Amino acid sequence: MNKPVNPTELQFDDDGPLYVSQKKVYPQSVSGTFRRTKWGLMAFCLGVYYLLPFVRWNRGLGAPDQAVLVDLPNSRFYFFFIELWPQEVYYFTGLLIVAALTLFLMNAVGGRIWCGYLCPQTVWTDLFYAVERWVEGDRRERMRKDAAKGTMKLERFAELMLKHSIWLMIAWWTGGAWVLYFNDAPTLVWQLITFQAPMIAYIWIGILTATTYVFAGWMREQVCVYMCPWPRIQAALTDEWALNVAYKYDRGEARTSLKKASELRALGEPVGDCIDCYQCVAVCPTGIDIRDGSQLDCIQCGLCIDACDNVMTKIGRETRLIGYDNDINIHRREAGKPPIYRIVRPRTITYAAMILAVGAIMLYALLTRSLLDINVLHDRNPVAVKLADGSVRNAYTVRLLNKRGFDRVIAIDIDGPVNATLHVVGADSVTKDRPMIILARDTTTELRLLVTAPAENNPAKSIPVHFRVTDIGLGEVTAATDHFVSP
Amino acid sequence: MTEHSDIDRVSGRSTTGHEWDSIKELNTPLPRWWVITFYATILWAIGYWIVYPAWPLLWSHTTGIWNYSTRAEVATELANLQKVRGDKMVALGAAPLAEIAKDPALLALARASGKTVFGDNCAPCHGTGGAGAKGYPNLNDDEWLWGGSLDQIMQTIQFGARSGHPKAHESAMLAFGKEGVLKKDQIVTVANYVRSLSGLPTSPGYDASAGAKIFADNCTSCHGDNGKGNQELGAPDLTDKIWLYGSDEVTLVETISNGRAGVMPAWVGRLDPSTIKALTVYVHSLGGGK
Repeated sequence: MNKPVNPTELQFDDDGPLYVSQKKVYPQSVSGTFRRTKWGLMAFCLGVYYLLPFVRWNRGLGAPDQAVLVDLPNSRFYFFFIELWPQEVYYFTGLLIVAALTLFLMNAVGGRIWCGYLCPQTVWTDLFYAVERWVEGDRRERMRKDAAKGTMKLERFAELMLKHSIWLMIAWWTGGAWVLYFNDAPTLVWQLITFQAPMIAYIWIGILTATTYVFAGWMREQVCVYMCPWPRIQAALTDEWALNVAYKYDRGEARTSLKKASELRALGEPVGDCIDCYQCVAVCPTGIDIRDGSQLDCIQCGLCIDACDNVMTKIGRETRLIGYDNDINIHRREAGKPPIYRIVRPRTITYAAMILAVGAIMLYALLTRSLLDINVLHDRNPVAVKLADGSVRNAYTVRLLNKRGFDRVIAIDIDGPVNATLHVVGADSVTKDRPMIILARDTTTELRLLVTAPAENNPAKSIPVHFRVTDIGLGEVTAATDHFVSP
Repeated sequence: MTEHSDIDRVSGRSTTGHEWDSIKELNTPLPRWWVITFYATILWAIGYWIVYPAWPLLWSHTTGIWNYSTRAEVATELANLQKVRGDKMVALGAAPLAEIAKDPALLALARASGKTVFGDNCAPCHGTGGAGAKGYPNLNDDEWLWGGSLDQIMQTIQFGARSGHPKAHESAMLAFGKEGVLKKDQIVTVANYVRSLSGLPTSPGYDASAGAKIFADNCTSCHGDNGKGNQELGAPDLTDKIWLYGSDEVTLVETISNGRAGVMPAWVGRLDPSTIKALTVYVHSLGGGK
């Protein structure tokens, strides 16, 4: 059978090529409820991101006055009235748990709300598409320009230069805003302008400029389809009640043009509301056809709903042929039953309860955390020391944490062996047997504490010893327990 | 056409021909950028081989054109550390000992630096925390053979005891038995007397007045009339609860018969002056410093 084979046919019937090239998507501009929502959320998200570093917050003399600041050299994180130390990183863990649960809750209620409206990839890609549309024109124009053969005209070249310049500028600002979270923003801006900023700032701006430009300008939907884990996880977390952007096929099939539809109708053939105008496909930022059903590539931004609604309004049919819906309701309507919505159901109640529980625990921990802290470490070698007169001494390394923005005077008391004395190495105590120490603001102080029990009061075995630290000014008290042992 | 050619009826796409429980895997090729990235990482790896040490040879390895080595990096970082610490260690070297102990910043530096040096040089005999062992004094307690003031501690660290250094502490406990100064029964008697000095029980039938006489004739020149010791001579206080070699009769008889002459090396010349100062302050701050 030596029939000549068409190369394209061969490719299709073979195992296929090793890779596929990216099919460029040319989303068309659209107007409507979801588009307006997306613009609003984009303005809000970008506004917060770009401007937040400039918000000031007074923390007193000597402390940074930036509302949100990650101070890496000094290992401090500032968020308005909250100041966190590295050992309090579990607050971030709590925040991440709440964030994950919120993502699950959003998904249970309205599908990939995060993907469609809030994800940085979506927000920046949307912005970059807006620039592209503004410079090069809408869908058809862009497709025509890209398809044009022959040498590039100067006009087209200038257009592309302009587009990429604007993209790079936005990308640069994105990277620039990022580094402002790690330094005093106004100072750093001035340093950047006068080329006096530290090299690391320029390096990070460079890295983030590159990632923003590549991800939002070139990779676009490829990030969502191939790189992001959330579409995979989301598919496993969704259920039949979650509302997703869906084509309501209960409104009839087949899909055909207005003219053909009226002909078919006259013949008594079944016809759907969809007129097969492909507007939903034209506006889609990931280039899919929502009428194929819920799919991994769909970020559920709702733009196809706007596009379809506009068409349905024009031809005088009911809107929301595409809308937030689920299979249950599509089947119910097919069966002539009214749709039902279950926003409140065990799944959403559970997620909400978990969010509230974790949030409450974190908030409680944050509000009741001590700003004066003590850690005690017993000497290991030697565990106990016998002195010349037979008394026994135990030594402890004590670390005191003053998380307040001012110096404070503290007194240390112990409660352990009877008549035991306390001495702090290198600190002259004002009051006898009650050492007083000045703790510098916002830092830790390490002390060596010696507890000595007289010979007649030597405990036979290990007994607990309590260390109590009292802020003389504020009356704040913190305590720790260790052990006193005999040789 | 290959044997794998197969079209999935639902999606209209070709499959790989792999089938599990009658579910066929769709042929989903990788995106081109992914493949390009994959090849780029391979190129990156080759670049890595060229600039960094990579391939093992029989007796060495390829060094790479950047001549990078982690060892050299550590050396650079240590040099930087010395540079950063330089000023502070100079300040430590310049400050009088008593001042270091009173200045919290200098004290913290001396304690941190001293602790490291102690671990490297002193811990083999005295233990990591200075707890000592039989024959090696506990540096945490308040009994000092050669004195527990900052200056005395520094003196001992610098020149040692019986170390051979001209300025070292030299005097030693005589071997009263070996040298034939005391007889066996006299040694047992005086050992019991020494035990009685710190309130320890004595053997039955022990002659207290004979013990006192032997002690007065032989021991008081170093240990003092009342056995309180003499730090000038490194003679320990025999009336307290701290015993370097042990307080039982057998150990005391051995000590008196054969003498004791523990050695502490001299550290001057081996450690620089500011390091010795840091070490002094650290040892003093362990708790026993006078």
